[in-house]
Amino acid sequence: MKLSRLRRWSGETLVVGIPMVWLLVFFLMPFIIVAKISLAQSAVSIPPYTAMFEWADSRLAVIFDLSSYVWLTEDTLYFDAYVNSIKIAFFSTLICLMIGYPMAYAIARAPAANQPLWLLLVLLPSWTSFLIRIYAWIGLLKNNGLINNFLMWIGIIDDPIQMLHTPFAVYLGIVYAYLPFMILPLYANLVKHDQSLLEAASDLGAKAFTIFTRITLPLSKNGMVAGSMLVFIPVVGEYVIPELLGGNSTVMIGKVLWQEFFNNRDWSVAAALAAIMVAILIIPIMLFHRYEQKTLEEEAQ
Amino acid sequence: MRNFSFSRFMFWAGLTFLYLPMFILVIYSFNESRLVTVWAGWSTKWYGELFQDTQIMGAVKRSLEVAFLSATSAVFFGMLSSWAMVRIAKFRGKTLFGGMITAPLVMPDVIIGLSLLLLFVAFTQLTGWPRERGMLTIWIAHTTFGMAYATVVISSRLREMDASIEEAAMDLGAPPLKVFFAITLPLIAPAVASAWLLAFTLSLDDVVIASFVTGPGATTLPIEVLSSVRRGVSPKINVLASLIIFAVSMVTFTVWYVSRRLEKNRQKAMADDFLIE
Amino acid sequence: MAKASPTAVNTAEKSEVLVKITQVSKTFDTTWAVDDVSLEIKRGEIFALLGASGSGKSTLLRMLAGFERPSQGTILLDGDDITHVPPHKRAINMMFQSYALFPHMTIEQNIAFGLKQDNMPKDEITERVARMLKLVHMHQYARRKPDQLSGGQRQRVALARSLAKQPKLLLLDEPMGALDKKLRTEMQLEVVDILEKVGATCVMVTHDQEEAMTMAYRMAIMDLGKIVQIGTPRDIYESPNSRNTAEFIGSINIFEGRIVDDQESQITIQSPDLDTPIMVGHGVSTSIESKDLIYAIRPEKTMLTTGRPSQHCNWSEGIVDDIAYLGGHSIFYVKLNRTGKIVQCFLANTERRYDAPVWNDRVYVSWDEFAGVVLNS
Repeated sequence: MKLSRLRRWSGETLVVGIPMVWLLVFFLMPFIIVAKISLAQSAVSIPPYTAMFEWADSRLAVIFDLSSYVWLTEDTLYFDAYVNSIKIAFFSTLICLMIGYPMAYAIARAPAANQPLWLLLVLLPSWTSFLIRIYAWIGLLKNNGLINNFLMWIGIIDDPIQMLHTPFAVYLGIVYAYLPFMILPLYANLVKHDQSLLEAASDLGAKAFTIFTRITLPLSKNGMVAGSMLVFIPVVGEYVIPELLGGNSTVMIGKVLWQEFFNNRDWSVAAALAAIMVAILIIPIMLFHRYEQKTLEEEAQ
Repeated sequence: MRNFSFSRFMFWAGLTFLYLPMFILVIYSFNESRLVTVWAGWSTKWYGELFQDTQIMGAVKRSLEVAFLSATSAVFFGMLSSWAMVRIAKFRGKTLFGGMITAPLVMPDVIIGLSLLLLFVAFTQLTGWPRERGMLTIWIAHTTFGMAYATVVISSRLREMDASIEEAAMDLGAPPLKVFFAITLPLIAPAVASAWLLAFTLSLDDVVIASFVTGPGATTLPIEVLSSVRRGVSPKINVLASLIIFAVSMVTFTVWYVSRRLEKNRQKAMADDFLIE
Repeated sequence: MAKASPTAVNTAEKSEVLVKITQVSKTFDTTWAVDDVSLEIKRGEIFALLGASGSGKSTLLRMLAGFERPSQGTILLDGDDITHVPPHKRAINMMFQSYALFPHMTIEQNIAFGLKQDNMPKDEITERVARMLKLVHMHQYARRKPDQLSGGQRQRVALARSLAKQPKLLLLDEPMGALDKKLRTEMQLEVVDILEKVGATCVMVTHDQEEAMTMAYRMAIMDLGKIVQIGTPRDIYESPNSRNTAEFIGSINIFEGRIVDDQESQITIQSPDLDTPIMVGHGVSTSIESKDLIYAIRPEKTMLTTGRPSQHCNWSEGIVDDIAYLGGHSIFYVKLNRTGKIVQCFLANTERRYDAPVWNDRVYVSWDEFAGVVLNS
């Protein structure tokens, strides 16, 4: 009896244990190290930061060096970068929602036989290269790019409009790249709606618009939250889009972190920037996780 | 009805928005001119030049390698963690486990990249492993976020699957491992395949995390592309982009077509059946 | 359709008991799904566990199959303790409610699956599979996949698959749950025929009392994790031992009352609902202190007349409140004059033209002195 229980237990332990250990080592532990290094000072050494523990004269000193965090408050650049990142992430999420919702709705209400193909068409771009899709916009938005050339050719403008390296380009790039991530969870939610609910509402005399605002919209709340989080959270830390399309016009925290790390080689400031970013994003991430769980529970019923 | 046609309009407008830039990119990959935005007639000469470029070709090879390996390991871990999340009612640390498996889906790349790099540096300092950063560290990083996506795909299939099918197999005398290979795996195979493809494309696509954790000599394709794009627009990148778009479209539509054929055959077989009876 | 048990209830010898469940309990977190159940299943019988959802019957079945482990107690199969034996090592097979056929295998492969696990020689497997397919009349579908079969056909395959290994004990989980009503009655009899042909011992779980009564020799009523009553369908229907059981099986009229006259060969009960006292033609063990008890009477054991009965007991006056015409019989809902309590009476529609009472008619409900059951609780 004991033996068979043990054997069953060890089988399950392996199934849980292998991925659990992997995630603990390669996902959770890095964050602890980020927190530790953010509490060090940058130094000319390998690796380029000071140690947290010092052993001298039989005394163990644990040093929490807050200089990196102090440094972040001394220059408004960092604060502005955080605020700007959140602002850009918020508004681009909103735009994605406004474009993505009707699209997801159209797919979910299409004839069942067409739905897989339509969904495929929406998702296909996101399976090609992200970098290359952003790159495509450079050629379109440049001063001597296709859009400006076209507008000048038909005579609407005489001089090229500056579009690349503006906030507009950043918004455009974000919406372009992240739209599929908004549509997928929204579609998954909308397609599950019970059609008879809508029929019941219309049977009771509700107008199409009322049905939409009073029934469809509230029922799709989980899908909207999931989609919005899938866009908002990664966009806050976005690096490629502000780098390629924003130029010097937009300061976003992902780019600042990159520059601190690769250009200034200040690891502890980069770590402090990352730690603060995690602190900001932890609530949206937990929200996302909770709605995922909720959706699963609803499906289980 | 008004609502419906509005959403349809948005759908097609949105698709145009998504596809037009890619379409133009493909057209211009056949441009004769070195200047990307000036049309100078049709040519395939940049295709030839791309294949001559040993630096890019080397990066392609490395990227495919790392994508293949990390997709495979991500799917392996993804199967284990899906099983843990779906089939084991509770175990110690399940909440933490669930959190760690969903967080990589949304965590910004710069954070994952930086934190993993700092981990590797700390490891090297303490244990001497990994001796240097490169393919191995990229593989670890890509496996970690790939398994999160693989888990989403596989666990949703596992959740749909009637658990009593597995119980039936066990009831008929098959030990747990046999049940997994004879029953569970064949039934979740489509999900495992799409999880693998997803992890593969995500790995091929990643530039930020790879930039952090890579080391000398391990330049992957996206890193190569990013540095080339920073230097300016190049016709070779247009060609590369077109080839990627072409490859992804081919694979996607083949998969779609085959699965639709299978489904149609199944339905036809059922329909025939009812006619006979 | 209730069948007589092949052995008398209380004289079961040890060798005739196949399964012995002793004081088995199962807790999930804080709830007791199964609470101190003891039960013996005899060789060759079809035994039904009947109860509402959440009564613990499925958990008990899953413990027999090995998918759940008892928190306490033991389960013996043919004298061997199997309490902690994993499911794949038990000589017990189960037919699942959803049938759980392997969708990626043909019907043949499905049935052969269990035999292959025992490393049976190939030609023997082929022969056994063919025999099982014949048994359930599915031989012409051997090469089909499960999703190319109808519900009834899938059920036959599931049955064949669970019988193929010739298990000592066969478990049926809501065997007809996924079928429509007409097919259900057909399959109930067919499954019993097949089980008798192969002589299988069988425990089934169902919430459908008709199904249990049609198929089982004996049944146990479960409620809140406990077994409330065990017996043949007739025992349980005619002599329920509690109000719960009486109300769970079939419909029944319940009158609360108290004993006014207690003799060895007959008792008299006074109920506030009724015009006349209830006379019961046999003695009752009144070990309880309270004189309050319940008189329960099945609707088909009552009589409905328009004329006032002549006797001085066992009837009451009322008016027809509602009539449900069901073809074979009609149910009259009679509102008693005294308290307004509604009483059900069945009236067999034996004649095509029949001068039955209609709405708001004054009627008399009556019964004989052996018609009802006296219950303590």
